[in-house]
Amino acid sequence: MPDPASTVFLTVNGQPMSVTAETTVAVAVLIGGGHTRASVSDEPRAPLCGMGICFECRVWIDGRPHQRSCQILCAPGMDVRTP
Amino acid sequence: MSDLPEMRFDVVVVGAGPAGIAAAITAAGKGRRVALVDDNPAAGGQIWRAGETLPGKAQKWIAALRGSAVVHLPGLRVFDHPAPSVILGERGEDCIALRYGKLILATGARELFLPFPGWTLPNVFGAGGLDAMARGGLPVAGKRVVVAGTGPLLLAVAAHLAARGAKIVAICDQAPLGRVVAFAGMMLTQPGKLLQGAGYRWTARAQMYFNCWPVAAHGKTALESVTLGRKRKQWTEACDFLACGFHLTPNTELARLIGCRIDNGFVTTDKLQQTSVGNVLCAGEPTGIGGVEIALIEGKIAGLASVGAGDEARRLAQRRRGILGFVSGLRKAYALDPELRRLATQTTIVCRCEDVDYGALREYRCWRDAKLQTRCGMGPCQGRICGAAAEFLFGWHADGVRPPVFPALVSTLAGATFVSRNSSEA
Repeated sequence: MPDPASTVFLTVNGQPMSVTAETTVAVAVLIGGGHTRASVSDEPRAPLCGMGICFECRVWIDGRPHQRSCQILCAPGMDVRTP
Repeated sequence: MSDLPEMRFDVVVVGAGPAGIAAAITAAGKGRRVALVDDNPAAGGQIWRAGETLPGKAQKWIAALRGSAVVHLPGLRVFDHPAPSVILGERGEDCIALRYGKLILATGARELFLPFPGWTLPNVFGAGGLDAMARGGLPVAGKRVVVAGTGPLLLAVAAHLAARGAKIVAICDQAPLGRVVAFAGMMLTQPGKLLQGAGYRWTARAQMYFNCWPVAAHGKTALESVTLGRKRKQWTEACDFLACGFHLTPNTELARLIGCRIDNGFVTTDKLQQTSVGNVLCAGEPTGIGGVEIALIEGKIAGLASVGAGDEARRLAQRRRGILGFVSGLRKAYALDPELRRLATQTTIVCRCEDVDYGALREYRCWRDAKLQTRCGMGPCQGRICGAAAEFLFGWHADGVRPPVFPALVSTLAGATFVSRNSSEA
């Protein structure tokens, strides 16, 4: 079990999740079993580059669209949304 | 808009990988006021990305950065250079103007991705991409992973993933064994690098194939298996993750926006890392893919040169010359096999942002025509992925760079307009 002091609680599409500190939002979405976005022809997509270049990891965070989730660490109470 | 926050520094360094860290610490050590700006949440760049125990050298440099007077601005994305001696960055919803005496570009490199059927499926990552995700907390223990593409990074990635408990099913490098062996022979003068490679090989303990690459990735909503091809032989491996990258391509967008001369895809510099633009220097991968050692030396040279310590910089430049053979050796050993151009089929997506497939692109003569007619390269990645792929597939070269070099908020762009107007009046 992860150390509770270093556990971050957030929600992904309304589902409560806990992850270890230093986990990126992109990883939280993948752990939650989802993908990060639907492409313009509605294919499921997930991160490719892992370093903020490819923009496949775009999600909504706290109501803000187009957030590159692989470059952002999970924070307590974050509300993450994907299609 | 007059309240756009603005900061002034003697030296601004863009990119907090090894080259940028070395440049910033060196310049600050000479008493200058230095900012180190970076898109990532932590210093180290991609090669020293946080998330696992870093090598001793990386820890030493990152600790030195913390102990220095350098103003580190993480999570800040530089998107414009509206006037000489000023760059604009965005952090969250904030825009900031950074005015500089000298600018050092240490923007690093990204992986080159080549399209093949199924490469858009979730759980197909870059090689460095999966490594970065694992460092960002993605559990890989017990997962079956195929590592493919080309370059020395593949072994390093396989070893990292294996150390985290992944089952490495296969490592496939498109380069022929002979060329890699010849390159390793050249490295006999650098036994450290050879031992490192051997150590990775031992840790990963996977079957390694040369002249081999992924022909197709399969799965319904996510990756389930990958077909690997080697000469006429093809076979399919069930796997959870595919980590596939075809070596590195430099990040030169900002250098091109500023107007630095580019030759053969790389930023041209003199021995003291000076670009063709007066107060702009460049260090590390954008000047030639060479890895950490050269990046550190070039960073130090640029840091010294930026503060006018030319003699010290020249002495270091002598040392740099001794290891430049590694750059050309690397390029030759891992040159891409032209056969890889035939991986994409008519319906394979090349531009992932706009879902433009290979069949739609092959009708055009140049990048510009393809872009205007198909929207290829017009999505948020601004051609960073498909542009490099199209260069290999069709021999097209991207046209000029225009601001913003990264997508930015409209409110931020309004700030940019203000700065550029203000600067031209001054």
